[in-house]
Amino acid sequence: MTRDRFERALFRVLRPVVIALLFLATAFPFLYMVTLSVRDIQELIMDPGSLWPRAFTLDTYADVLTRQGFLTFMRNSAVVAVSTVAITLLVSIPGAYAVARLRFFGRRQVHFLFLAVYLFPAIVLAIPLFVLFTMMGLRGSLVGLVLVYIAQTVPVTVYMLRNYFETVPRSVEEAAAIDGCSRLATIWRVVLPLSRPALMATGLYAFMIAWNEFLFALLFLVEKRESWTVSLGLSQLAGSIEVPTTVLMAGSVVLTLPIVIVFFVGERLLTEGLTAGAEKG
Amino acid sequence: MSAATRTLREQEGRAGLALISPTLVITLVVVVAPLLWAVMLAFQDARLINIRQVGIFGHYTLDNFAYVLSEPGFWSALLNTLVYTVAGTALSIALGLVAALALRDRFRGRILVRASILIPYVAPVVAVTFLWETMLNPQYGIVNTWLREPIAFLTQAQGEFLGLRVPVALLTVIAFEAWRYFPFAFLFILARLQAMPADLEEAAVVDGATPTQRFRHVILPQLWRVIALLAVLRFVFTFTKFDDVYLLTGGGAGTEVVSIRVYTFLTARDDLGASAAQALVLALVLVVFLAVYLRFFGGGERDQG
Repeated sequence: MTRDRFERALFRVLRPVVIALLFLATAFPFLYMVTLSVRDIQELIMDPGSLWPRAFTLDTYADVLTRQGFLTFMRNSAVVAVSTVAITLLVSIPGAYAVARLRFFGRRQVHFLFLAVYLFPAIVLAIPLFVLFTMMGLRGSLVGLVLVYIAQTVPVTVYMLRNYFETVPRSVEEAAAIDGCSRLATIWRVVLPLSRPALMATGLYAFMIAWNEFLFALLFLVEKRESWTVSLGLSQLAGSIEVPTTVLMAGSVVLTLPIVIVFFVGERLLTEGLTAGAEKG
Repeated sequence: MSAATRTLREQEGRAGLALISPTLVITLVVVVAPLLWAVMLAFQDARLINIRQVGIFGHYTLDNFAYVLSEPGFWSALLNTLVYTVAGTALSIALGLVAALALRDRFRGRILVRASILIPYVAPVVAVTFLWETMLNPQYGIVNTWLREPIAFLTQAQGEFLGLRVPVALLTVIAFEAWRYFPFAFLFILARLQAMPADLEEAAVVDGATPTQRFRHVILPQLWRVIALLAVLRFVFTFTKFDDVYLLTGGGAGTEVVSIRVYTFLTARDDLGASAAQALVLALVLVVFLAVYLRFFGGGERDQG
């Protein structure tokens, strides 16, 4: 057998094996999460090796949502995430338009600033913000958290939106200008309607960051239980022994599901935006 | 000067600044200014109790650095950080490359497999760390029911494997890192693979190149740039990562990384100065690594185009 035929045969066998392993390694834990969330804790303790619950129960969900307070946590997370999305868009749309279209003093340096913010370690930023928020009495308030999330997402969203705005033909904008549209009116009536996919992607990105974030939520909110986000709530309850693991698994599903849905709704948009730079070189 | 006499170019410049200003203000107030303050704190004896007296013109000193660097805990944490980052970065990129190559060509169910591969990266870190903790739990974790003897993956610092002493918890944390972030590399590499022109590979097939030769001499050279970019991104993100290790082990069992020390000094010990000093040293080490990396790899990268 020639080397070529041998290699082809080898990869014909290897490829499905690799694909199956990857699928198993990524899908199994999440399937296990769901099946664990619908059984009683006794069942897990008695028979930890079983994959399928013997008796389905939704009491775990009722418990985690009401008694453990996940309904409140979800409301907090939703408030934080939605405000982050709204304000991030409000700030980054004009910013991205300026970087894409207008020549102004310092335009080049702005890119550098954004890259620096994107790469900058959050843990360094955590120290002064923790001190500042303590001094201002903003610990325990969701407002401070939203502020931090906006600052962390804006550099990326400006970049994502700018890439898209640059594809809007200038001639359309010029036509609007000739028809008497001011600059803001042009953005509102011409650029934004043409950029709907990019706006979706940007909004979803900001939502995911705000919903998933942990470090700043921990630093700012941990003393005030009624302000906890879902992420923080799950991490705090996971440390205590009183709450059964299967109930917490129900909490994990509640935490994960919205994000997975949001991601797959906008998957194509999001991954294209994220890897746009990679395709060039 | 009235608006009528201003040139269009000037108007454009003003409009540009006006439109970018909200972005700039929030970045300056929430990121840049606090950053400068963090640098100042590192040179001051600051605690939450005395923070109002410390002020901008307070007493500056190098004591924090001397104290932090003299603690053996810091150096072992820095070593852990390095091992964790290098191994995590390398493994996640390698896995991502394998996944991208396997999923490059169409097959039935590719969309499903692709979606499944992305979930570890997309799912909230708190949920996935809790899932790993549960699955690896020595009493009721499903993984341990498959083993002959249960292993305390996340709470055991040292263990024996094939006669070798291995850092169990650190390896587990690294495995987690590879599992959670390989989708990120997968996405980038797959995008690059699919943008490659097919004619080069077809020519190689005609010339009789075997699959591994094609990978080595046709595909890989076209992937180096994206792999180099991924290496920088993952290194930067992992080096200062806090969430993953904190949630998995709390920094125990020989997995303490520097960012966890920063957090402990900030909250439990209320030593702002020492906390900031460590964060600064961490950032500095990162910058040095990046500079060395770009010096050795960045230049050659540009020459190859």
